[in-house]
Amino acid sequence: MSQSLSPSHLPASIAAPVALPIRTLLPWAAFTVVLSLLLLYFVGAEQGATSLISGHAVHEFVHDGRHLLGFPCH
Amino acid sequence: MTGRLLSRGMIAGIAAALLAFVFARFFGEPQVNLAIAFESAKDLAAGEPPEPEIISRSIQASFGLLTAAVMYGAAYGGIFATIFAFAYGRVGRFSPRALSALLAAAAFVVFVLVPDLKYAPNPPAVGLPSTIGLRTGAYFGMIALSLCAAAASYMVSRPLIRRLGHWNGVLASLGVFIILVAAVQAGMPDINEVPTDFPATVLWRFREAALGMQIVLWATIGLLFGPLASRVLTAGADKPFARNG
Ligand SMILES: [Zn+2]
Repeated sequence: MSQSLSPSHLPASIAAPVALPIRTLLPWAAFTVVLSLLLLYFVGAEQGATSLISGHAVHEFVHDGRHLLGFPCH
Repeated sequence: MTGRLLSRGMIAGIAAALLAFVFARFFGEPQVNLAIAFESAKDLAAGEPPEPEIISRSIQASFGLLTAAVMYGAAYGGIFATIFAFAYGRVGRFSPRALSALLAAAAFVVFVLVPDLKYAPNPPAVGLPSTIGLRTGAYFGMIALSLCAAAASYMVSRPLIRRLGHWNGVLASLGVFIILVAAVQAGMPDINEVPTDFPATVLWRFREAALGMQIVLWATIGLLFGPLASRVLTAGADKPFARNG
């Protein structure tokens, strides 16, 4: 089996998958998750259940997307 | 390398969103328009003035829908790539392409299918303005609980696989996920605000279109991110970094 060989003896494409170290993952993961949640908040909830920006312009602009992507609206 | 992997996730998500937008434009918008026509006819019959439009309907149905889809695609593309980055080399011995396809199918079930089974997407004219707080909280809560159920079933999968073997262990942990989801959904409040005279066909077609849009989105993310991730991961393979760190 290829797993018994050390990865350096094999072309990278068929080597066993090597996990990314958790310590380098965590800061990137935190940044991405915060950014993603912010985007989802503006698509799915702003000027609906809660409002950071006054008015209805954001709500109306993303309105059709909000309905079709499954978020509660109206 | 991690940053490049996560940016590839957002790129795949945005590309997927463009396809999902085209799908929604053809299959979703006609149903949205029928629902809005129903709403306007009802307002007219009740003698209420039509709701003022700040953003015209044609902008909402084109640039607005596109913007919403791209933001959603970028967000879930990023979350998807984050999950992939943790799972790669830790969950099974899958190649980047196989892992990407499998994780996208799982993400579709966890983030879309399970929440939608309890709180199905609704067209305009369905839903009381007074309950928007409750509905939004319940919907986001359902997504969070679905993710918790998936995490729990992943954690029990290791001992189950050790005890029952690979195939039966995976099946048993999927069973745990289904039981947890059923229990959570039974406990969450039921919300039914469909007007009694709302056309059933429009509701059904709208929900079909909403689900179809998500299938296009997640299928594209799963199939596109794999090759992109593969290139990032093999390009970095000659650089030294800790194993299983
Ligand atoms: Zn609406």
